[in-house]
Amino acid sequence: MANKIPNRQVICETLVTLAQEDKDIMVLASDSRGSAAMAPFANAYPEQFVEVGIAEQNIVGISAGLAHSGKKPFVTSPACFLSMRSIEQIKVDVAYSGTNVKLVGISGGVSYGALGMSHHSVQDIAVARAIPGLAIILPADRHETKRMTEALVQHEGGVYVRIGRNPVEDSYESDDYEFVIGKAVTMREGTDITIIATGETVRTALDAQAELAEAGVSARVLNMHTIKPLDEEAIVRAAQETGGIITVEEHSIHGGLGAAVAEVVVQQHPVPMRILGIPDEPAIAGKTSEVFEHYGISSSNIKKIALGMLGR
Amino acid sequence: MSSTELKSKAAQIRMDLLRMIHGAKTGHTGGSLSNTDILTALYYKIMTIDPARPKWQERDRFIASKGHSVESLWCILADLGFFPREELATFSQFGTRLIGHPNNKVPGIEMNTGALGHGLAISVGMALAAKKDARASRVFCLMGDGEQAEGSVWEAAMAGAHYKLDNLVGIIDRNRLQISGTTEEVMGLEPLEEKWAAFGWHVVSIDGNDIDALVEAFEAAPALAGKPTLVMANTVKGKGVSFAENVPHWHHHVPNDEELAKALAELEAVIGSYTQEGQVQ
Repeated sequence: MANKIPNRQVICETLVTLAQEDKDIMVLASDSRGSAAMAPFANAYPEQFVEVGIAEQNIVGISAGLAHSGKKPFVTSPACFLSMRSIEQIKVDVAYSGTNVKLVGISGGVSYGALGMSHHSVQDIAVARAIPGLAIILPADRHETKRMTEALVQHEGGVYVRIGRNPVEDSYESDDYEFVIGKAVTMREGTDITIIATGETVRTALDAQAELAEAGVSARVLNMHTIKPLDEEAIVRAAQETGGIITVEEHSIHGGLGAAVAEVVVQQHPVPMRILGIPDEPAIAGKTSEVFEHYGISSSNIKKIALGMLGR
Repeated sequence: MSSTELKSKAAQIRMDLLRMIHGAKTGHTGGSLSNTDILTALYYKIMTIDPARPKWQERDRFIASKGHSVESLWCILADLGFFPREELATFSQFGTRLIGHPNNKVPGIEMNTGALGHGLAISVGMALAAKKDARASRVFCLMGDGEQAEGSVWEAAMAGAHYKLDNLVGIIDRNRLQISGTTEEVMGLEPLEEKWAAFGWHVVSIDGNDIDALVEAFEAAPALAGKPTLVMANTVKGKGVSFAENVPHWHHHVPNDEELAKALAELEAVIGSYTQEGQVQ
């Protein structure tokens, strides 16, 4: 697609625009202004940019101190380190202390490809979910990333955002839709089964929906951009109205979107469910698309699973 | 407050915290006694604060990075009127907000601390914000000496010097004891002052139980423009209670009735000596 740009670039562009009016917006980087695509922000607003060096515990603590004094810090750091190296600072300095820090994990999931498990971030949602008061958001594409970034500036409180490294195909036709933190977006209506996806796998879910439509199956697609607080109402409605759920995510099958959805389904309206994600192993090396294909995070596999669940 | 009034106040705070710990049957007695003089100097002489406006933006900030010895802080905040004195009786009891670590549900507490190695980074952020907003606020961060083993302390130390935060004062309660023994046995820290100096801080080493020396060191900071200050406060764990001084076991030993009476009598005598001099009413 002609307009394909990485979501990290969209966050930067949106913050550059918003920071013109809002001098409290600050961006912090851990030697990551390049990988976070934040160099344009650093150049445009040097007074609102803080370089911390390769020190993820420090970047979260400093951000909490800045937020405590009324600043709106956006921490941009590789998801693998930001989510786990500094998890205690996130728990205590951000969540427990109630500081307004936005943690933006970049190059999340398996988007660091062949760099291996040390650089993959497929446990971050599980870890972040266990922390009370921390919101978790995975935007689907550039349009959603823009709307999300605008919403984050308005939102008071700690948020963990996870985005990938590479350009993503659009899931939305434009940014002309309502983005509400904690509210799932019904991307496609459907009655036979529901596919719930988050982040960049929303595109995969939409492709599966189209393939299923060709096979005569009406699949609903929910974009669960906010994993916490979770839109339980949308999940229960999907269970009631479609009778089966498949979740798709760029995360370990343990503790992520699938687990979160299952907790709701099993307690409120049990229906058959399948969880698609990275299995409990160091992920295989390769491009995101190759890794996804290997583990069955693909439209064709979603279609196959859906047909199986429907007995067709 | 005059020098004698401050010393008398410190003795009173020690009595308050001993009574509080005795009543609650729990607490970090030794470390709270060692840092009482530091906190007394800060709260009654040095810091610009207003108990009626705990969130006043121009205030100075205090971060207790060694959050486990919060008892002296609870007693001081109550004494200054941040919350009712009677609430001290709820310390560590079911549902209390006066828990065993600083808790920002309580007016006068900036951040929740207690996980060691967090406070200095938070303080760097606060000092940086004050610089960016051209506020005169200073940030005082009290760390333990055992806490120096946390790597995150040094990440923050680097950043404080890098950003030339001369509105930041780090304080180490150098009482040389931690739970498992002396700091040098557990994890060697020396030469600690040289380490901080090598990280770009202006280091001042004083007797951390000498209120006059503490006031002088805090008033002098920053001694050098563009450099954060590290006050090495050489203290005695259990200070002010003869039989608790330098005894590792008092790290979180709770005084029994007899020990409490003896400790209170010693501290009464200290206050009495100042009163007799006619310098405190």
